[in-house]
Amino acid sequence: MGNTVNNVIKKYNGDETRLMDMLMDIQSELGYLSDWTIEQISRALDIPKVSVEQTVSFYHFFTKEPRGKYTIYLNTSVLAVFCGRDNVAKAFEEAAGCKFGTVSKDGLIGLFDTACIGMSDQEPAAIINEEVFTCLTPEKARELVAGMKAGKTVDELKGNKYGDGQNANPLVRSMVRNNIMKKGEVVFADYTPGSGIKKAVSMSSNEIIQLVKSAYVRGRGGAGFPTGMKWEVAKKAPGDVKYIFCNADEGEPGTFKDRVIITEFPYLVFEGMAVAGYAVGARHGILYLRNEYRYLRKYLEDVLERMREESLLGTFICGKQGFNFDIKIQFGAGAYVCGEESALIESAEGKRGEPRDRPPFPVEKGYLQKPTVVNNVETLCSVVRILLNGSDWYNKLGTKESKGTKVISVSGDCKKPGIYEIEWGFSVNDIIKMVEASDVQAVQVGGPSGSCIAPNEFSRMLSYEDLATGGSLIIIGKKRDLLKDVVLNFTEFFRDESCGSCVPCRALSGMSKVMIERIIGGQGTAKDVEAFNKWQSIMKKNRCGLGQTALNPIVTTIKNFPEAYKNSIKAKDDRFCPAFDLEKAVADYEAATSEAR
Amino acid sequence: MSTFVKFTIDGIVCMSEEGKQLVEAAAENGVFIPTLCNYPGIPPKGSCRICTVLIGGRPATACTTKVVEGMEVKNNVPELEEFRKAVVEILFAEGNHLCPSCEKSGFCELQALAYRYKMMVPEFPYMFPKREVEAWHPKILKDHNRCILCKRCIRGIFNSEGKPIFDFGKRGDKIVINIDPDTSKDISDELVQKSMDICPVGAILKKEKGFDVPIGKRRYDLAPIGSEVEK
Repeated sequence: MGNTVNNVIKKYNGDETRLMDMLMDIQSELGYLSDWTIEQISRALDIPKVSVEQTVSFYHFFTKEPRGKYTIYLNTSVLAVFCGRDNVAKAFEEAAGCKFGTVSKDGLIGLFDTACIGMSDQEPAAIINEEVFTCLTPEKARELVAGMKAGKTVDELKGNKYGDGQNANPLVRSMVRNNIMKKGEVVFADYTPGSGIKKAVSMSSNEIIQLVKSAYVRGRGGAGFPTGMKWEVAKKAPGDVKYIFCNADEGEPGTFKDRVIITEFPYLVFEGMAVAGYAVGARHGILYLRNEYRYLRKYLEDVLERMREESLLGTFICGKQGFNFDIKIQFGAGAYVCGEESALIESAEGKRGEPRDRPPFPVEKGYLQKPTVVNNVETLCSVVRILLNGSDWYNKLGTKESKGTKVISVSGDCKKPGIYEIEWGFSVNDIIKMVEASDVQAVQVGGPSGSCIAPNEFSRMLSYEDLATGGSLIIIGKKRDLLKDVVLNFTEFFRDESCGSCVPCRALSGMSKVMIERIIGGQGTAKDVEAFNKWQSIMKKNRCGLGQTALNPIVTTIKNFPEAYKNSIKAKDDRFCPAFDLEKAVADYEAATSEAR
Repeated sequence: MSTFVKFTIDGIVCMSEEGKQLVEAAAENGVFIPTLCNYPGIPPKGSCRICTVLIGGRPATACTTKVVEGMEVKNNVPELEEFRKAVVEILFAEGNHLCPSCEKSGFCELQALAYRYKMMVPEFPYMFPKREVEAWHPKILKDHNRCILCKRCIRGIFNSEGKPIFDFGKRGDKIVINIDPDTSKDISDELVQKSMDICPVGAILKKEKGFDVPIGKRRYDLAPIGSEVEK
């Protein structure tokens, strides 16, 4: 065991900023990170145990205890629940003989919950030893457990029915499906690998920045910051060492577009990073990929290797003097907050994903305190297309403030969930028609951190000027209980994913859960509902986007679906203290006296 | 040589060195901005949010903001005072704070701020979390019930080799501050005292030492928090 730790640490030259990689490698060898292992790491790196522990204990996929020979991480997202997750969970528990959050007595099977794994259009889905299993049923769950008990490998459990496109690539061999339902002109158009970089080297870095500026590309992660401006600031920032990050940590429940883009167009993404590097003057690129997509690792490493062979990465790229750029993949380890760019940088430095105070912004002081550009997957793809087709072509697509296309992930109660690349300016109604949804109660736009809108707003337009979205639309049918099935689930999600640094986010996300349960249980008051609006103004003063939006599932439903709340608190409102539950309050007493009797 | 700049807080013209932390610069000009996670001499982290002010109408933490020429700051406005009171109340409801039996009562910044904001009964639901009193360390007692996770000890306490003694564990509402058994092994009495002093509440205590100043003579018994600035 000591050898494993030492070998891994040697592999990363004892560089403590690579702690995430070390922990992942060690865990995949030893199964878990025991106190003893943590002590070995602490000694070898000469950093305190508590500092190793702060990283280990922050991330969902790191564990200090064994999680079974087969570790089943079953998704708990709203979409999984819509598709019958609870019955699948029950089947797993019965077959494995243990509850979720525990490991079977023989140490064979561990059952664990996990937040959205980016498979919202093929739920219920689970990750078993880094492989993704989609469209689970209770029947399949029982089969899987039987296979595990019979000693089958995960590869054997997976079977040989692979998904479409590159999901069937020999280096992927996954059952995951792309479900590309609508291709657009920007991201999902035909692409000749290498063409983006070849075009870039015929231009100067300033020309590229000017072109990106004139195309008016805005960040596709949700914030919508103009990409050209970001690059310009990073280029002008003093220093020789600069970094390009591609943010592929899409953790917003209901979002899976980056997975499909990276699966089908890895060249486009990596070339976008190289173009950014060329424009900004950076030599190092890092793709920060969420751990849930680790099944793509060998395939993506292979693409990078081929790009090096084809002189699309490395030194003197395409023979251009001074154009040196290479890319490494940094995996996350299960933390939604790392999608926030400064938390992502902290994580890539081997620390807990706690967002930084701004200023300074990453373009001034980012990764290892150097100027750093963080761009979304889709943003980088758009840039390559603009290079090839020009800014005039791009500007003809979309609306006045929102140029180009948007790739959206649609899931929930509709006939055709999947990936749609649409021009900005489509209305929610247009999309509902496209995905063939009927009896729609609500649409969650932009995931839990976005807003839940009612039919009277379905004519609103997806665009930065009206309804901005990072890329997810969840269709909620009339058969769903909005508070119980959706709002409570999202509230739990934010409580679990808060980094815990800012007081309002850490405390109110947990308190909200208590309050929502109280309301659902018929013990809430109108005052409790009103309190959320005040809480929202408190949350707006958190440091990062997660904290600022964590109450959105509640406040947007209070605003757009007031009757859902009114119905829950009706008739109980005039009692003196509806939150007081007499039976619960005397339960201990009852138990004690009945025992005595 | 440092440059002096002019800025305003609630319309009052103030002067300070350029680039100085807003909390400090305000104090120099007789304006109190409440803080909890901030501590003079250690890098600010902006995590308690209580020092939030409005700069050009936008919220920003005064501990992480540097003063620049012409900055217009809003501080003593109802929106912010309500927010600050809420932060104090949230902290009381989030942990288990029993002032009468606490060694730091009268020295506690959280308690002093609760008096300043005239907290009566918090309107946030009490969480009554189950938390540990960690007593394995020979010199330090860590009462997690009282910890407000301000990170002051993490950012400000280092052993003789410059290694941290405290660090975060876990995340979200399960977050906790851990003591490193190795780096704290030969901790000096002075450093334990410094750790206790740096803690705004009574979460870090020096063992074998209880109430050494009688009630009525403790820091905030004598003068309320903020009075050292607001003259």
